[in-house]
Amino acid sequence: MEDDAPVIYGLEFQARALTSQTAESDAIRFLVGTQSLKFDNQIHIIDFDDENNIISKSVLQHEAGEIWHISASPADKAVLTTCYNITSESRVVTSSAVWRMPPEWESGSHESPDDPHNSHNPQSLDLLCHLDNSAHGNASCVLWEPMGDGKRVISLADNHALLWDLTESSTQATISSSATLEGKGQLKFTSGKWSPHHNCTQLATANDTAIRGWDLRTMKQIYCIENAHGQLVRDLDFNPNKQYYLASCGDDCKVKFWDVRNISEPVKTLEEHSHWVWSVRYNHSHDQLVLTGSSDSRVILSNMVSISSEPFGHLVDDDDLSDGEDNHNDEKTKEPLQDSIISMYEEHEDSVYAIEWSSADPWLFASLSYDGRLVINRVPRALKYRILL
Amino acid sequence: MDGDVSNADTTPPDSDPARKRRVHGMLKLYYGLNEEGKTVDQAESLDPCDINGPHFDPEVYLNKLRRECSLGELMDQESCMVKQIRSLDSDMQTLVYENYNKFISATDTIRKMKNDFKKMEDEMDCLTTNMAAITVFSARISGTLQDQHAQITKLSGVHTLLRKLQFLFELPARLNKCLELQAYAQAVTSHRRARCVLQQYSHMPSFRGIQDDCHAIMDKLAQELRQKFRDGGSSAKDLSECVELLLQLDEPAEELCDKFLTHARSRLEADLLGLEAELRPVLSIGPTSVVVPSTGPAGRLSATPTAGSPIDPTSPGNPFLSPSSRTDILEFIDRGCNEFVSSLCLVIASYQELFVNRPQESNLAYKNIPQMAVGKLHAFVDSLAARYFSLVERRIQEEKSVGDNSLLVRALDRFHRRLQAVAKLLPGSAVPSQGTEIVVRAARERVKQYLAALQSFYLDSLTDVRQALAAPRLGGSSAGGGSHLGVPAAGKDALASLPELLSSLSASILNQIKTVLASVHLFTAKDITFSNKPYFKGEFCSQGVRESLVVNFIKFVCQSSRQFCESAVDRGGSTPPALLLLLSRLCLDYETSTISYILTLTDEQFLVQHHSPVTAVTALCGEAREAAQKLLNHYVKVQGLIISQMLRKSVETRDWVNTIEPRNVRAVMKRVVEDTTSIDVQVGLLYEEGVRKAHSSDSSKRTFSVYSSSRQQSRYTPSYTPSAPMDTNLMSNIHKLFSERIDIFSPVEFNKVSVLTGIIKISLKTFLECVRLRTFGRYGLQQIQVDCHYLQMYLWRFVSDENLVHFLLDEIVGSTAHRCLDPAPMEQSVIEVICERG
Repeated sequence: MEDDAPVIYGLEFQARALTSQTAESDAIRFLVGTQSLKFDNQIHIIDFDDENNIISKSVLQHEAGEIWHISASPADKAVLTTCYNITSESRVVTSSAVWRMPPEWESGSHESPDDPHNSHNPQSLDLLCHLDNSAHGNASCVLWEPMGDGKRVISLADNHALLWDLTESSTQATISSSATLEGKGQLKFTSGKWSPHHNCTQLATANDTAIRGWDLRTMKQIYCIENAHGQLVRDLDFNPNKQYYLASCGDDCKVKFWDVRNISEPVKTLEEHSHWVWSVRYNHSHDQLVLTGSSDSRVILSNMVSISSEPFGHLVDDDDLSDGEDNHNDEKTKEPLQDSIISMYEEHEDSVYAIEWSSADPWLFASLSYDGRLVINRVPRALKYRILL
Repeated sequence: MDGDVSNADTTPPDSDPARKRRVHGMLKLYYGLNEEGKTVDQAESLDPCDINGPHFDPEVYLNKLRRECSLGELMDQESCMVKQIRSLDSDMQTLVYENYNKFISATDTIRKMKNDFKKMEDEMDCLTTNMAAITVFSARISGTLQDQHAQITKLSGVHTLLRKLQFLFELPARLNKCLELQAYAQAVTSHRRARCVLQQYSHMPSFRGIQDDCHAIMDKLAQELRQKFRDGGSSAKDLSECVELLLQLDEPAEELCDKFLTHARSRLEADLLGLEAELRPVLSIGPTSVVVPSTGPAGRLSATPTAGSPIDPTSPGNPFLSPSSRTDILEFIDRGCNEFVSSLCLVIASYQELFVNRPQESNLAYKNIPQMAVGKLHAFVDSLAARYFSLVERRIQEEKSVGDNSLLVRALDRFHRRLQAVAKLLPGSAVPSQGTEIVVRAARERVKQYLAALQSFYLDSLTDVRQALAAPRLGGSSAGGGSHLGVPAAGKDALASLPELLSSLSASILNQIKTVLASVHLFTAKDITFSNKPYFKGEFCSQGVRESLVVNFIKFVCQSSRQFCESAVDRGGSTPPALLLLLSRLCLDYETSTISYILTLTDEQFLVQHHSPVTAVTALCGEAREAAQKLLNHYVKVQGLIISQMLRKSVETRDWVNTIEPRNVRAVMKRVVEDTTSIDVQVGLLYEEGVRKAHSSDSSKRTFSVYSSSRQQSRYTPSYTPSAPMDTNLMSNIHKLFSERIDIFSPVEFNKVSVLTGIIKISLKTFLECVRLRTFGRYGLQQIQVDCHYLQMYLWRFVSDENLVHFLLDEIVGSTAHRCLDPAPMEQSVIEVICERG
């Protein structure tokens, strides 16, 4: 079975920030924020036409500074947050803000992506509000409330976790509560994730080698996995279907899966990358599919059936096994599925810092490497049908 | 001619061979052979002309002659005939004369016989009259003697009876006397002789009296015998005599057996109690005495040459082990053998003598005694042996010190040997096989203990190595006063000893294995009785020694080595890297030679015949190699991490935007180079150089200048033009197209260059990633340039492919340039000057 070739899109600038447009459930759309100190930074809105395998892009100016983190509102397609560096001659400050995309951005989106100069007169983002955290230090990321109404965000800045309420169409942001990480030395949150479970009352953060869970109602720490990784923890993700399961990755080249009810040992450890793992993402619908991106320039798609919510595959009656589309179910075997690496994607030539599943098509994902290469890949069809049928 | 007649008579055939002849004859007839012709002529000798024939007719013959013959012939015929007649006449006369003579002598003889017979007749008559006279006399004598004979016979009968009666009447007195003199045997014999008679005539009052008396005496005697039997004091011989007599006195055999055995049991149990008493004080002192040797320096199974000498528990140096409180196992077994086993054998022997092997002279009552007795004996022996065995096993279990195996083996041998005696005495008994089982269990336990000892020895050795690694370094750093020249120097002190440590470690382990093998080998020595048991010939060698001792130990070494890799990550590198390196080399050595050496040694020493599947050398080697690889990878990871951390801290903690113009290489870079150098030295001590990709002889200078002037220039120049981002991307992408993908944490090969390459790769990649997370000012970029140049100057020599270093450093400088607010690179010459300056 021939899988579609990956689609590659090159940005002119280096980039680290990637998100799918969370509120968009029809079009496959990713947002990429660039990093450039010398030029105006941009947000590339990348639309992928699944039928024709064509990418179309539009560019919005992000004049505030180079983008380190980007995150799209789950409620409003046009709203997003960025964490960005403001650089002056003597100071570099990371700040965060909520933006709205201008309503006309789509009009210019159908130009050919091959022409790099179509952005000579691009539109800018409209600033909704700053998540003013000058008092709290440099922002590392902003998290939207999962599946929320786009009214609450959390920003992680140095050793603070700040819960913001966005009011007046997101033009006002007020801190409703905050938590501070106390301890020796300069503690700094590197990453975090808002749990979609428990009525969105939990947050997991990573600092150095530890993973901490927070209860947002009390803003108190509820668990702490010390030395979750041998070195820095780079990223976290919650299993969308199993409320206590959490994946983490870090500089020890490992991806670990945790059950936060028993944090003494990881449930499972993957050691496939040959350098730091920067990002880990569960598939939104099929939580056995786990993506990881690493600075060894590889993206690995793993099938973690044994700790997924469908450990025995999809239970289907035999009657439903009629020859469906494409006659591909002849490959289907009923043997128990095993944890395995599905594939290793080597289209990148620089460190991959961000990966993201599409919010519209669960079988599609994008990965972004530092050299500005965005690669859109699909889950192999064989596996897709095996999961579906 | 005469002969022919008889010939003709036989012609008619009358028998089987004759019939054949007839056929023959007919053939002859046909051919008219002359012989037959003769007979035909004979047959026709009815012819009256045949002068010899019966039908001869002289007339015819004469006529014939006259007719046929000439005169001359007639004359000849006539003279011939006359001659014949004359000879016939003379013959006849001779015959007649002779017959006459014979007749005369016969007549004389007959006449003489007649005279003799007459004489004989007279003598016969005389004889007859004499015989008649004798008969008459004889009859008369018989008649006279008849009376007296009957009287004599009767008298002699009475005499015998009287003697018997006298015996009977004297019996009570005699028995009493015997009793007095304790001549029990005689008494019993006498009584036995009289018993039947008394029984038979018991209806007569006088006899009954005697019988009653005898019974009373015999009862008394039996009582006395029983008493004697019951008193333990008498010797085995007395005892057996006792039993013998009692049996003859119709004591029930079963009861006797029981009594005998109970009696024997009490004595044997006394022996057992003695043994147990010996065990008991040991038990109470046990905990201390066990703890002491294991904590004391002597308790550890040491690799020193004295390891072979037994750790004598009774040595005066050890106050807890006074000789009285603890006898060694050999003494214990000796005592067990001498006291318990030998008396058991004695009991068995005398018992069998008494009850089992009795000659079947005795009456029906004894018929089923042997079976019954043997059954009782077996139960008896089994129960006692079980107790004995449990004691022995308890004692063996206390034998925890693995210092000297020969003592235990000798003890076991003696134990086993003595049980063979029981086996001989009691062929069907399960005791010897149980004894063998105990020996087997002890051997198994022993092998386990040795494995544990080896393992703890190995771990202790590792601790020693760890201390050896740590000690000089501590001293060195205090001596060096923390200056960065002092550290590598001190490090070198510690490192110089690395090969010695390795060799001493592996030698001491090997030594220890050999010692243990030698100790275990005692179990199979020729002079040990149980060594020819099938277990010790086969399973003990292959499964016991080879598998569960040697193979398990090797596996343990590999496993414990691997554990260093797994646990150390979480505990933050608590294992010194040098130890990892050393262990990896150790495992590699094991893979290349040691394992096969050890196994060959084992196989040779124990003549292992692989009945059951055994672990193959290759599998073990594979495991060792895997462990070595894992350790080396981990070493690279740990060392890389140490350097990475330095680099990361140095990048993360500095304010790169507001830094001053670089005047020096940052100290951390020097530190990196120093550490790398010392790692290089460290690895070089244990691993071979390895293969480098060929590089030019003056690569230090040349590649550096190429790197700085042409390559770097070409990369930075365009960055001033507006189209910069695309171009740099393009450049770096093109460059990447032609360079291989670099796996940072990839497995390394077993050589120095590969190890160093791995470490440097990890360090530089970390540097790169850290740089990308920062923003730089102009001088920040320049500082990075200086630092990278410095690294370039020193690091290329360590790696297999210097292009790798170039590429990574290029990436670092390139990324820094990208992250720079004001990318104005430093003049190459200035960089060089700064770096030369140090």
